[in-house]
Order: sequence, then C-alpha cells, then structure tokens
Amino acid sequence: MRGLLALAAVVLLAPLALANNYHYEIAILVGLNAIVCVGLNLLIGYAGQVSLGHAGFFGIGAYGSAILAARYGWPPLASLAAATAAAALLAWVVGRPILRLRGHYLAMATLGLGIIISIVITTEDRYTGGPDGMSVPPLALAGFALSGERAWYWLVGALLVATVWLSLNLIDSPVGRALRALHGSEVAAEVAGIDSARHKLLAFVLSAAIAGLAGALTAHYAGFITPGKATFLHSIELVVMVVFGGMASTFGAVVGAAVLTALPQLLTVFKEYEMVVFGGVMMLTMIFMPTGLVPTLAMLARRRR
Amino acid sequence: MSLLRAEGLAKEFGGVRAVEGLDFEIREGQVFSVIGPNGAGKTTLLNLLTGIYRPSAGRLWLAGRALAARAPHQFAAAGIGRTFQNLQIFFNMSALENVMAGRHLHERCGLLAALARTPRLARAERDCRRLARELLEFVGLAAYADAPADSLPYGALKRLEIARALAAEPRLLLLDEPAAGLNPSEIRGIDGLIQGLAKRGITVVLVEHNMKLVMGVSDHVLVLDYGRKLAEGAPEAVRGDPRVIEAYLGGAEH
Amino acid sequence: MSGELAQFLLSGLTVGSIYALVALGFAIIYNASHVINFAQGEFVMIGGMATVSLLGAGLPLALAAALAVALAALIGLALARFAVQPARGASVVTLIIITIGAAILLRGLAALVWDKRIHALPAFSGDAPIAVAGATLAPQSLWVIGVTALIVCALWAFFNRTLNGKAILAVSHNRLAAQLMGISVRRVLLVSFALSAALGALAGILVAPITFTSWDVGVMLGLKGFAAAILGGMGSGPGAVLGGLVLGLLESLGAGYLSSAYKDAIAFIVMLAVLMLMPGGLLGARAAERV
Ligand SMILES: Nc1ncnc2c1ncn2[C@@H]1O[C@H](COP(=O)(O)OP(=O)(O)OP(=O)(O)O)[C@@H](O)[C@H]1O
Ligand SMILES: [Mg+2]
Repeated sequence: MRGLLALAAVVLLAPLALANNYHYEIAILVGLNAIVCVGLNLLIGYAGQVSLGHAGFFGIGAYGSAILAARYGWPPLASLAAATAAAALLAWVVGRPILRLRGHYLAMATLGLGIIISIVITTEDRYTGGPDGMSVPPLALAGFALSGERAWYWLVGALLVATVWLSLNLIDSPVGRALRALHGSEVAAEVAGIDSARHKLLAFVLSAAIAGLAGALTAHYAGFITPGKATFLHSIELVVMVVFGGMASTFGAVVGAAVLTALPQLLTVFKEYEMVVFGGVMMLTMIFMPTGLVPTLAMLARRRR
Repeated sequence: MSLLRAEGLAKEFGGVRAVEGLDFEIREGQVFSVIGPNGAGKTTLLNLLTGIYRPSAGRLWLAGRALAARAPHQFAAAGIGRTFQNLQIFFNMSALENVMAGRHLHERCGLLAALARTPRLARAERDCRRLARELLEFVGLAAYADAPADSLPYGALKRLEIARALAAEPRLLLLDEPAAGLNPSEIRGIDGLIQGLAKRGITVVLVEHNMKLVMGVSDHVLVLDYGRKLAEGAPEAVRGDPRVIEAYLGGAEH
Repeated sequence: MSGELAQFLLSGLTVGSIYALVALGFAIIYNASHVINFAQGEFVMIGGMATVSLLGAGLPLALAAALAVALAALIGLALARFAVQPARGASVVTLIIITIGAAILLRGLAALVWDKRIHALPAFSGDAPIAVAGATLAPQSLWVIGVTALIVCALWAFFNRTLNGKAILAVSHNRLAAQLMGISVRRVLLVSFALSAALGALAGILVAPITFTSWDVGVMLGLKGFAAAILGGMGSGPGAVLGGLVLGLLESLGAGYLSSAYKDAIAFIVMLAVLMLMPGGLLGARAAERV
C-alpha cells in the first residue's frame, strides 16, 4: 500500500518538474510503457513464462483500434475496447497450445508469433498503411476529443496507478499465489491442486489485453502509428524493461519502463551509440544484477540495516 | 474401509519396467509404508498415484470409485496430497505463502475478485493465513513463518512440504522419504509428526528407507523390488520375511 | 520437371544451405551449454561485413574471408568467456537477454565501425549463369551448396573422429558424467561458441554475393536459422541440416506458388506449427522430466 501511495504521489507531483510539452510527452510514453510492463511482469516475473512476442499484442491493440476508428468510423472508445478484446482473444486462442511449451521453447514460440503479427501488419498495407504507417483519430470521451499533453498525462497517470493497484491485489490473492507457485515448481503447484495450464493462460491473456490496451492508447495519443512498435525489437525492449527493473516486482517494472523509456529520449545526443549502450546495459545488468534494479536495491537497503 | 485400491498398476519407461502388475489396498486411517531398494519403483508409484505419470496399465479406485482424474491437479482435487523426495518448494515465496498456496483448492476465487480484492476475499485471506500459521506450528516451523523459503535449512524444508500438503486437507497423504538427509533428532520429529497425522485421521502412504521409522509407525508395509510386489503385511511379518531380507542383503552386497 | 519448379528448388537449396549453417551453429551451442545464442545471426553479419571491408582494404578474397571467420570466432570466444560463462546456471530469461543484448551490441558496433549501407561481395567465380534442368543457376549457388556439404562432412568427422568433438557430444549427453571423466565443460563451451561463430561467419561470406550484406542482415538470417534448428529438432546436428534445407525449400516454393509478400513469414509459421504439434522437431529427441 505504501508503494502505491508513493507512486500516486509521484504521478501527482511530477508535473511540477515537467517544464514543457516534450517533457509531458516523455512522461506519457513512460506511463504507457509502464502499464505494458506491469502486465508483462505478471506473466514473466510472477508466472515465470517468457514471452518474446508481446509487441505483437501491443501492435494488435494499436492497429486494431486505429483501423476500426479511421477506416470504419467506429467511435474511438468502442474501437479501443474491441482492439483490446482482440488482443486478449488471440492470446487466448494461441495461448493454449503455446503455453504447453517451457523455457526456451516457449520463448521461441512467442517470438515466432510476434514476428508473424508484425509481418502481417507490414504486409496488409490496404488496412495498415504498410511500413509508412497510418494516422489515427484522437480519443474522444463522451463527445469531447481528448487532446493536449496535460489531459493525456492525467489519463495515463490514473490508468497506471489503477493498473499497479490491480496488479498488487492480484499478486497477493490466491490467483497470484498460484501464478508464483507454478513458477517456483510446476509439479508441486499441480499437486497442490493448481491447474497450471489455466493459470498460465490467465496470465498470458491478461498481459496481452493490457499490452493491447496500452497499444491502442499509444496510437490514439500519438495520432500516428508505424509497424516499428509491433516488431521483435520492441518485444525485446519490453522484456528488458521488466527484467532491468526487476522480475517479480511490480514497482520494478514501473522503474524499468521509466528508466529505459526516458533515458534514450533524454540522451538523444548519443543517438549513434544508442544500440551499443542498450545492448551493453542489457548484458551488464543480467550478468551483475540478474534480479534487476529494484530487488537489488531493496536487498542492499536491507543489508544496511 | 478401503480408501485406495490399485489393480494391475504398471509403468514402463521405454523398456524399463519401473512398476509392474501391482495390486494393493490402502485402508482408511492406516499408515501404509512402501519400502524397497533404490530404484525399486517407489517414487514412480507415488507419481502414478498423483497423476504425474499416466499408468501403462492398471486401474485405481479412490473410496470405492474409479479414479477419473487425469491431470495431477485433479488428483489433488480428489483428495490426494504428497511431498517430494527431491524438494519441490516454492522458493520464490515465504514459508507461510508456501502453505497458503497449498490451500489453493479451498481458496477458489474469481479473477475479478482477486483484482479488486473484495472484502469477502480479504476475509478469506485472513482465515487462510491463520490456518497456514497453525499448520506451520503443527510441523514446528512457527518461527520461520515470514522467512523467505530459500533461507530455511534442509530439515525445515522437508517439514514445510508436509505442512503445504496438509493445507489442502487431503484424505490421502503420500510422503516420499520425509526422513532422508535428516539427523536422528530431526527424524524423531518426523516420527512424531506422522503419528500426529494418524491421530488427525489422515491416511498416510510413507516411502522411506529408514527401517526404524518404518517399523515404528506403520500399520501395513508393502515391499517393492524391481517394480514388483515382493511381500506385504504387518511390519513384524515383513521384517522376518526371508525374501525381503534377501532383497535387502542382496542389494547391500554391491 | 518444369523450369519454374526447378528454379524454385535450386534457389530453395541455396538459401536452405545458409539456414543449415546457421542452424548448426545454434545446435552446437545448445548442445554444449543449453543456451540458445540469439547473437548467432550477428556472426553471419560479421562474416559478410568484415570480408567486404578487408577486401576494400586490398586483401585478396580468400585471405579476407579467412580473417573474417577468425574475427567472428574470436568474438564468439569472448562472448562465451565474458558474457555466458559468468551467468552459468542463470534462468532462461537471463540467458536469452544476455545473448540478445550481445546481438544488439554487435549490431550497433558494426554500424559504428563500418556503416549502415548495403554492400555486395563479388561472386567467387563470376556471374555467368549455368543452365540446369530448364533453370539457371548462379555459380555462387554452387559455392554455397558445395561448401555447406563439405562443412557438414567435416563437422561429422569432427564430432565422431576427434577427441574435442567427442568431448562436446559427451557434455551434451550428460554434463555430470562428462565432468567426472575429466572433460572440461568450460573449454567445451568456449570451443562450441568459437566453432558456431566461425560457421555463421562462413555462411555470411558465402551468401553475401547473392543477397548482399549490411549491418542488420543478422536479425532475419539468425531468426530463420533458428526456425530451421527448431524444425530439425533443437540440438540435433543432422536435424539442423535437414531443417535448414527443408525450410529453404518451403520458403522458396511458398514464395513462388503461394504468396511472395508473406515469404518472410513462412519460416515462423513453420516454426510455430512444429513447436505446437511436434516440439521435438524432425529429428530431435524428447526428454521426459523426472520428479
Ligand atoms: N522419468 C523416467 N524416465 C525413465 N526412467 C525412469 C523415470 N522415472 C523412473 N525411472 C526408472 O524407474 C525405476 C524406478 O525408479 P524410482 O525413482 O521409482 O525408484 P525408487 O524406488 O523411488 O528409488 P529411490 O529409493 O532411489 O528413490 C528406476 O530404474 C528409474 O531409473
Ligand atoms: Mg524414490
């Protein structure tokens, strides 16, 4: 609870430090990525199931909502809901056979799924605009078009706090314990009566739905969407945010998303070195602090005492 | 009354007959021990009784009804719990949470209730926590309740597995070598624990190499050798059986 | 056989050979360490790009290629020694992220050291097409298929006839037993990374005259080699070769007869289908888990 209040305080007070629209924009992107990562962390960090394809679900949310709103004239709120549901539905359908796989095999299957989705998005240019991307109508709430960085900031901030709250509740419930149990020992979880297949699927669908929702919001916020956000590389970025911040730590996911979203934006001077730095950070974090930033800091703080 | 009955139970691994043509009956409230040399098929038998392996042949009845369960979690729901020879602790949780996870079957809750943490769920969680603490006390681990599981010593982890299995309130509890790797005083603790289980009316299947423990607590002993039943009966009768002595001494020679 | 079909089969075999080499790299490392090296594709890139730049510096092709292979092997060695070994026993996600991190790092370095342009290597022995069964075959395709065949034979001999090769196999079958027999698991890991890197680089050099090369060719080639490894059965050498060839043929036939727009998706659809329906692949073994 303390953590949640602290997060809410940060969201409330951050505008004091946000000087211009560009800062707001970064904050909004941080929030949207953090929402995805909190969901993905349920799957990877808590249930222990790797996914290298969540950018695919993000892309389905983004393009689904964009296409329904721009090409079929759906009201954006309805298109948002439908696209989120589509991401969840796809996860549910493919999740059953895929989640029977473990470890590396699961990683490969989700990777394949993500790449197929991104190829479809790039290829079906009649609907998606292909590699050039497409523009997306703004989000309208009850007739009012949601526009302006500030309005979006509060929407995303509120959603982030809500997502974190729901996630913390879930983790500390019988469902969350079941997820953590099957991560700890799948056979022991089964023997304790936990339907591991069902719970893995639940985490997969939930994380996919959240990624889809964040994708749709990102599309409407930016007003324009390109296939880049649905690629393998973006899937990896999402996983790295989760792992860098700290697996099985909801706040870790938020911190990971914040650091890895904001840093490249603020360090644009080093654009050329971005990949070298990003790759290097990935390797060093995993070698020297495999549990991630937040758990490592928490452990150090505990040792101090 | 017979709680569990097996008929012609068999398990083969690509030519290796780990369990073969096994018939036995476990009566309600018994401590039913399974002994045999290394590789006799004891763990395989427990895996068959918990659905981790599908039998190559044979049938099971639980309380007089054919056991229809397929996945291990369905065996658990039918009332069969167990511990593992090679520890299977949830090392990513505290000791208390391990036991709370063991109560999963009695803690059904929907996704929405879990997400919103409804007052009803909050109450259920409090009860679950209390029960889990009681169980930790029962197995003598009250002091470790809030410690991360990976900080517990080996002997404590063995008992943590028992507490977790008990949390599901099984009718039949299978213990795979609960005393292995423990020192004599810890083994006495396990001995007392098993007798405590019997008093609670829980039917226990005990797989164990420690003969003193087996002979002391068992009502009935089944001896396996190369996957087959070698002998069966009251502890004293089995101990004196020349075939059993032969199997153990023969096994000890090499 | 129609000329069109012959054409598809020939080009399928050519790309398939490249996939087979990359897949072999995956299989060798997976066997030695149970790590899936997501940086495998970058060795393909390094092979092609380094040869291009050495050639540009005036070296003869054979020497440039040899140096490029050696460079890749060194980088593979460094990757094993400084990134994979320190993380031994880490979780699957950790190892995945380390090797993906290495891939991104290498790609970024390539863009810095070389450039972000597309380069072509000259074909090894001219461009005059050869007519085969109503289709035309570029001489470079013969190089690709021939060298791949040679390498497969050489690898077979290495694993079955030499002590180093047998040590790698022993470690893959039973790490503990191999260790007890005095085999250094550490060294096996290093050797397998160097060998895989060299294989990848060679693939990159062979294919560069046909498909061009650039700082980012490693991504797709790596992922498709990976799909080939899965199709063949992860960790099986013969499976990797078979998987590579079958995948190359499927891709070429699929692009020719079904949809060329979805050419790149074919490998991943095949991979997903294999994982869902027969995770052991064509030739892989299935291990049961013990409790
Ligand atoms: N998953 C498996 N795959 C192949 N063979 C197996 C498997 N599980 C068990 N076995 C074999 O079945 C036989 C019986 O093994 P099991 O583990 O049941 O013996 P055990 O009586 O429990 O021995 P111990 O006292 O050493 O625990 C052994 O030969 C073993 O190698
Ligand atoms: Mg055993």
